[in-house]
Amino acid sequence: MAKREAPEVNAGSMADIAFLLLIFFLVTTTIGVDQGINRLLPRYEVDPPPPPINERNILRVLVNKDNQLLVNEQVMELKDLRVAAIEFLENNGTGQCAYCQGKGNPKSSDSPDDAVISLMNDGQTTYETYIAVQNELVAAYYFLRDRECKKRYGVTFREMEYVYNDPASKAKEGLIDDLKPKVEKIQKMFPMRLSEAEPKKNF
Amino acid sequence: MSKFKKKKSGGTPGISTASLPDIVFMLLFFFMTATTMKDSDLKIENTLPKANQTAKLHKKQYVMYIYAGKPSERYRASLGASDRIQLSDKISTVNDIRNFVISERASRNSEDERYLTASLKIDKNVKMGLVQDIKQELRKVDQLKVNYTTAQGNPVE
Repeated sequence: MAKREAPEVNAGSMADIAFLLLIFFLVTTTIGVDQGINRLLPRYEVDPPPPPINERNILRVLVNKDNQLLVNEQVMELKDLRVAAIEFLENNGTGQCAYCQGKGNPKSSDSPDDAVISLMNDGQTTYETYIAVQNELVAAYYFLRDRECKKRYGVTFREMEYVYNDPASKAKEGLIDDLKPKVEKIQKMFPMRLSEAEPKKNF
Repeated sequence: MSKFKKKKSGGTPGISTASLPDIVFMLLFFFMTATTMKDSDLKIENTLPKANQTAKLHKKQYVMYIYAGKPSERYRASLGASDRIQLSDKISTVNDIRNFVISERASRNSEDERYLTASLKIDKNVKMGLVQDIKQELRKVDQLKVNYTTAQGNPVE
């Protein structure tokens, strides 16, 4: 009996099958990178000692259970918080801070190094408000840091910090060592002294 | 009779579609590798608050997720209506965070451990009391790097 030749498989529909799969993955894909506000929590201490800080060096931000804002005993709208924080941080009351552009109000902070923002929430404050307040305060710090960083190194602090903290930067020889003094210098100019008091419990 | 036929002139030659599957497969593999399937099924509502002072999270291998929010409609009967925490895929209490963080750390190699960030995906209507408890618990296990994961947008508006 004559050997039959194996019939060739028709590959014409291959493209259709592949398209089907492709469309499935196209639809289900979400190439979204999560974003958020990075913070470093303070180390846990059983009995944190109250820091000896002068009253004028503290900006007290209080958020009550109805999500209203009280800044240094005055009611404030959320949209004004950023400017108030910037003014407070670079106020430069002692006049020793060469890079500050503040007004030098004697009733406000002495220098960025001394200035502390104290945030206090109520237990019933919503997370949304908390994030909004955090966002504005972080924005104030980054506004000042970006300004100084741009002046000195030509890049914003945000970009520099991201590269510095990226685990992938380890691979590049000398990159971290190069950035470290720069990042630390800017951080030292405007240290993020953002303390959070325990919220009053009233569940 | 010439041996060589004169080439037919006129008429566009058809485009070969033989390489079409290859191209499509290439795209397919790209999307297959780029896709991230949701790994945990959320039992809670999770609408993130808006913020614009955000930084991108680094690679997924350096992140652990902590969710919080009200149980969603279909779980409300069994879980109640007050804010709950979800770790990977089960509803937990604040006390479970400790073990969760330790096991997350153990599942990564020690080199990556110091980059490990806790991504807090918390619903915008959660009360701060619970958030504070979560943070306190994280501080106790020395998981100090946190990221308040948010949606993009201006919170002031």
